[in-house]
Amino acid sequence: MCLAVPGRIESVEAGGDPMSRTGKVSFGGILKDVNLAYVPEAGVGDYVIVHVGFALNKVDEEEAKEVFQYLREMELADEAEPGGGTG
Amino acid sequence: MRYIDEYRDPEGARRLADLVARVVTRPWTIMEVCGGQTHAIVRFGIDELLPGGLTLVHGPGCPVCVTPLEIIDRAIEIAERRGVTLCSFGDMLRVPGSGKDLLRVKSEGGDVRIVYSPMDALRIAEANPSREVVFFAVGFETTAPANGMAVYQAARRGVKNFSILSAHVRVPPAMEAILSSEGNRVNGFLAAGHVCAVMGYEEYEPLAAKYRVPVVVTGFEPLDLLQGVLQCATQLEEGRADVENPYSRVVRREGNREARRIMGEVFRVIDRKWRGIGMIPQSGLGLAEAYEAFDAEARFGVGAVSVEESGECISGLILRGLKKPVDCPAFGSRCTPERPLGATMVSGEGACAAYYKYRRHEVRHG
Ligand code: SF4
Repeated sequence: MCLAVPGRIESVEAGGDPMSRTGKVSFGGILKDVNLAYVPEAGVGDYVIVHVGFALNKVDEEEAKEVFQYLREMELADEAEPGGGTG
Repeated sequence: MRYIDEYRDPEGARRLADLVARVVTRPWTIMEVCGGQTHAIVRFGIDELLPGGLTLVHGPGCPVCVTPLEIIDRAIEIAERRGVTLCSFGDMLRVPGSGKDLLRVKSEGGDVRIVYSPMDALRIAEANPSREVVFFAVGFETTAPANGMAVYQAARRGVKNFSILSAHVRVPPAMEAILSSEGNRVNGFLAAGHVCAVMGYEEYEPLAAKYRVPVVVTGFEPLDLLQGVLQCATQLEEGRADVENPYSRVVRREGNREARRIMGEVFRVIDRKWRGIGMIPQSGLGLAEAYEAFDAEARFGVGAVSVEESGECISGLILRGLKKPVDCPAFGSRCTPERPLGATMVSGEGACAAYYKYRRHEVRHG
């Protein structure tokens, strides 16, 4: 029910009222109409998290690397620390 | 798919689980708040990767599960009226009321429809001006901006035959209810990532400080969940109780301003009863005064419908992290997803349903 999934904005409907801004979002090739009122900063090519037909937020590309950077840092710390890798 | 597959990498998951095992020296209990997380944890076997001392308990974060029986009965009563079209998300239709469920109303000729978005319900209202269209609005802060927008647009466009039956709940008061309840075992929280996408995480700071519990904003994929557990366990071992946000690709500190603005305009905070838990002050959203005309309960006069729950079900204890589904004597026998006795077996995101689906009961008994 709270499921929200990332998809890529393929097109944005031109229109007047920003509260009715919509676009087509692709979920692995399946296109859906999505309300974009809550992500005024997002445009074509951006990834957004979509829940019940509404984009809740834009996915931040830089921040998306966080967990992988974190793992790499832990590895480097392990190598630097003698015997640290045995745990 | 991008932003999904890379967070399911088994090698990365193993490395994170190793790190957790190295960090943990004492027993801790961590609660994941959201039912979507419960589902992912059981599906990917995340809990089985963790060291023995660390227990994950499943929280109250399934809006379908915590919707009180009497509100389901009110929805059924409305749906049975002539001239009414009742719309809701699919999983609400199967939730048994005290007599029947909404699917049954549909098979008896009621106009009950599944919609993907509340905006679909508004469109149905606009296309059928002679019918009363009611949207059964359940959900946490994740869903409230969408449901709020439907009401906001209905008011703007002057759609008079549209209303909502609101069963909206708010997560932080439920977390506080758990922390302050007798026998609480929860030492730290994985906060629900998509609730935080809307609300941000400032509102957890007083909670973390008051109860000395770490709160880590967590996503829904295996690597997200393991990183959340790792950060939470690290804080517990170090004696810290901070709010941290490793789900920063989706969650900003202040949440989504536009979404909060519409929620704040359309809804107001009210006390609400949670199925299996009881009344929690300030834990619900009702329509704000300016939007009261869209309240289906008042429009159809069903506010007084009230019922009692079955005595056998221990879902209240499960929702507070005091018991696991396999502790329930009815689990998998008298209570199954086809014939649910209680809240947490009803929705796919409920803890009992997740355990049942992934056959945890067979592992335990055989
Ligand atoms: S198995 Fe059924 S009866 Fe037991 S706690 Fe879960 S929902 Fe309630």
